[in-house]
Amino acid sequence: MGAEAVRVLVVDDSPVDRRVVELLLRAAHCGGGGGGAAPFHVTAVDSGKKAMELLGQRRSNRLSTSSPPASADVSEQAIDIVLTDYCMPEMTGYDLLKAIKALGSPNPIPVVVMSSENEPQRISRCLTAGAEDFILKPLKINDVQRLRKCSGVKPKTAMVQWQLPLPVVCMKKKWKF
Amino acid sequence: MEYSNLRRQIVFMKKNLFDQGYLDEQFNQLEDLEDESSPNFLEEVVALFFKDSSRLLTNIEQATDKYPQDFYKLDSLVQQLKGSGSSIGALRMKNECSVFKANCNDRNLEGCRRSLQKIKREHATLKQKLESYFQLLRQVGPRDYAVSSRK
Repeated sequence: MGAEAVRVLVVDDSPVDRRVVELLLRAAHCGGGGGGAAPFHVTAVDSGKKAMELLGQRRSNRLSTSSPPASADVSEQAIDIVLTDYCMPEMTGYDLLKAIKALGSPNPIPVVVMSSENEPQRISRCLTAGAEDFILKPLKINDVQRLRKCSGVKPKTAMVQWQLPLPVVCMKKKWKF
Repeated sequence: MEYSNLRRQIVFMKKNLFDQGYLDEQFNQLEDLEDESSPNFLEEVVALFFKDSSRLLTNIEQATDKYPQDFYKLDSLVQQLKGSGSSIGALRMKNECSVFKANCNDRNLEGCRRSLQKIKREHATLKQKLESYFQLLRQVGPRDYAVSSRK
């Protein structure tokens, strides 16, 4: 049996970046995930405001039913991880990160921030606010593994509910080929 | 024989794009993601980039002509262009955007205007070159190209 899908909410105001990330995540499963690698199910929105609306909607869906029906569309289920750009108009990725952490759930959704600017203060700020990781754009295929780890979604053979915040990881590697 | 010539042309064209600094490794990364489920992914993303970047360039031009100058807004627009250019491996455009941003930081309006003209030229040149590149690819077929490009 394959691994359970990792449901990623991608938030980026750039249509190019949304598309690139979406296809990267799909390709990571098909290309090199290995037998137990979790596929990604990607939902992409272009603003922090839409991200919060979607997260609120999914949360209401979960609370209104005692348990999700077996046949529930994966697109309607909860989000496992949010991957957000930092620089966005109106609501930045940092604002979105704080808003998600303020939702006050016992199992806060992990948030990974991405940015094209390698600014130590920005990175530090996000990690202090509770981001699981900070990835430099443009995203590479190797960055996908970090996302998978941050999501906490385990293969079906070891179903563990993600409860505790994962250790903070600050990596500023530049992958070279 | 015609087919071999086409493949050679593609490899040569791509090598030139890299050697002349138009593209960087990110372009290869995207190309490597193409498979049976997304055979034209790269061309699709590049087309999306040129559509979006044309819009951004128009906004940047308007912001440059505005008075009084809002360098913060201008910098934000250029940052968007730099980001999406970087995502497809458009190296020269990315570098020119960095120069533009430096001019914004210095509140150098003339510098900004020069940068804008340069970015527009780079944008037009890259578009033309990539259109030729993808035109050749379509003649060869994506699967066969994917083999030849890794040489």
